[in-house]
Amino acid sequence: MILFIEQILNGVQIGLLLFLLAAGLTLVFGIMDLVNLAHGSLYMMGAYFAAVLTKLTGSFFLGALLALPAALLLGIVVEVVALRSLYSRDHLDQVLATFGLILFFNEAAQLVFGVAGMTIPLPEALQGQIQIMPGLPYPTYRFVVVAVGLACALSLYWLVVRTRVGMLIRAGASNREMAGALGVNIARLYTLVFGLGAALAALAGLMAAPITTVRVGMGENILILAFVVIVIGGIGSVRGAFVAAFLVGLLDTVGRAFLPDILTLFINPIQAASLAQGLSSMLIYILMALVLVVRPAGLFPAPGR
Amino acid sequence: MAIKPTPTVAVATIVLAGFALLPVYAVLAGDSFVLSLGTRILVMALAAASLNLILGYGGMVSFGHAAYLGVGGYVVGIMAYHGVTSAWVQWPVAILLSAAVALFIGALSLRTRGLYFIMITLAFAQMIYYVGVGLYDYGGDDGLTLNARSDFGGFPSLDDRPQFYYLCFILLVAALYLMKRLVGSRFGQVIRGAKSNDPRMHAIGFPTMRYRLTAFVIAGAVCGLAGVLLANQADFVSPATMHWTRSGDLIVMVVLGGMGSLMGPVYGALTVLALEESLSSLTHYWKIIFGPFLVLVVLFGKGGIAGLIARWERRK
Repeated sequence: MILFIEQILNGVQIGLLLFLLAAGLTLVFGIMDLVNLAHGSLYMMGAYFAAVLTKLTGSFFLGALLALPAALLLGIVVEVVALRSLYSRDHLDQVLATFGLILFFNEAAQLVFGVAGMTIPLPEALQGQIQIMPGLPYPTYRFVVVAVGLACALSLYWLVVRTRVGMLIRAGASNREMAGALGVNIARLYTLVFGLGAALAALAGLMAAPITTVRVGMGENILILAFVVIVIGGIGSVRGAFVAAFLVGLLDTVGRAFLPDILTLFINPIQAASLAQGLSSMLIYILMALVLVVRPAGLFPAPGR
Repeated sequence: MAIKPTPTVAVATIVLAGFALLPVYAVLAGDSFVLSLGTRILVMALAAASLNLILGYGGMVSFGHAAYLGVGGYVVGIMAYHGVTSAWVQWPVAILLSAAVALFIGALSLRTRGLYFIMITLAFAQMIYYVGVGLYDYGGDDGLTLNARSDFGGFPSLDDRPQFYYLCFILLVAALYLMKRLVGSRFGQVIRGAKSNDPRMHAIGFPTMRYRLTAFVIAGAVCGLAGVLLANQADFVSPATMHWTRSGDLIVMVVLGGMGSLMGPVYGALTVLALEESLSSLTHYWKIIFGPFLVLVVLFGKGGIAGLIARWERRK
């Protein structure tokens, strides 16, 4: 039971990280109609920025805080230099060009930050554990990740639904010509949305960094997961991304935690461990295939698409 | 059939003749490396040609085509592991299994459109990738080394480099011929019609789903054959063969070479592998050049290499 609660918490945490990544992806797709494979690279660059800035400033908080505007800036540069001219192209061109960007970012990161990868040490304030209930301690840092993720999800909702900028974003999404004709600077709006997505991806990257390590290619596997999330949720729907991120996060952790034990009942432990590793990674894709077969436009299809 | 000596035909002839003569050079110069590189180019060209059938002619952006490379490779690897090395057994099984996998994936995926299709083919490829990771008895994540190459019972012998090379060459030419006939046929017209306007093809009375699915299965089977050759060439197969970036590489080859043109995939495979070889001898970080190059190709190189040749042809 205790193990179960712990795994659920882990699943929630992964779900929130996925949501931060998927939110930017689904916004960019919903509004600009752009498939951005390089979103995982922004996740990776966020983690690298945080690692370097933490080293320079000597403080994780400061490093993380400075990494976000850096990622925002990087996102804006990428949008203006490479992606802007892709909006009117078909999805295949977008996939290809952003695939090229992944190659570029991976090699650039290796060149600039080294092949070895970096670690971000946790500040002491976050190193401890919190006693959730008797016999179940849980790392403080993971709580912080959950809290920050939830706060971001809420403020994103507030931004999109309650503010003027959000209104413009929604207007641009549903009819870009009309919004443009009414005096909205669509180009600037797009750049802003892309930068916002980049910052969210970087936030996910830098929060994941102390738990894993910062290395080249860290963005690729989670990018595919984020794509699965937005496809399950319905492309363009932030609410769908939120629900799907939790589904995927929970399924992934619970599968990873319990499949080996279940399989050990039938085959020997070493084989079970290997099979379970493959099988639990597959679960998510099986879920996605099932969802698409039953509802070809995802769980929460965005209207008008 | 009279063939006009247009630039398109001329370049195709020169490239194919170059491939045909490469072993002669390799033997004379004693350069065995160029022969194994050439074999790899031919095999990847075959895989890219199979993708071109559905991507270029059929407009189905499959982002999981490398899965069949893995299926074909693993059939060879696993059968060799159990002592079955006869190509007459291995190859048909590999091709049939790839076709069956493609039938399953296609039947489910072709119900979706656009980005959803891209993503669901990717998802299925990821599943197969993780099946490879889960094959503990056959190396799991680390992959499986082939005990022996496929055996045709003497001739052609895959252990002999020039013979293996020519086998790949003949298979590629045969596949290209098959594609040419297929695309020109009624079947091919339906596929291409469904690409440009599926509802209209439906309205005329073609059950396009069946046609598209058939094309998808043919592409999977041919790519499975390429997987068989690739595993034999490397003496090794691993989940990395099926990684999603490999599927990306195949798309790159097709688009760079020229979508929906017969020779496009050959040019694409040749360019990508030659660039990889030359740039990586220049710098370890060759992808830092290749990545932006790709972006530029997408932005300015409409129609890829084959398109470039066709434009040159029109100007004359």
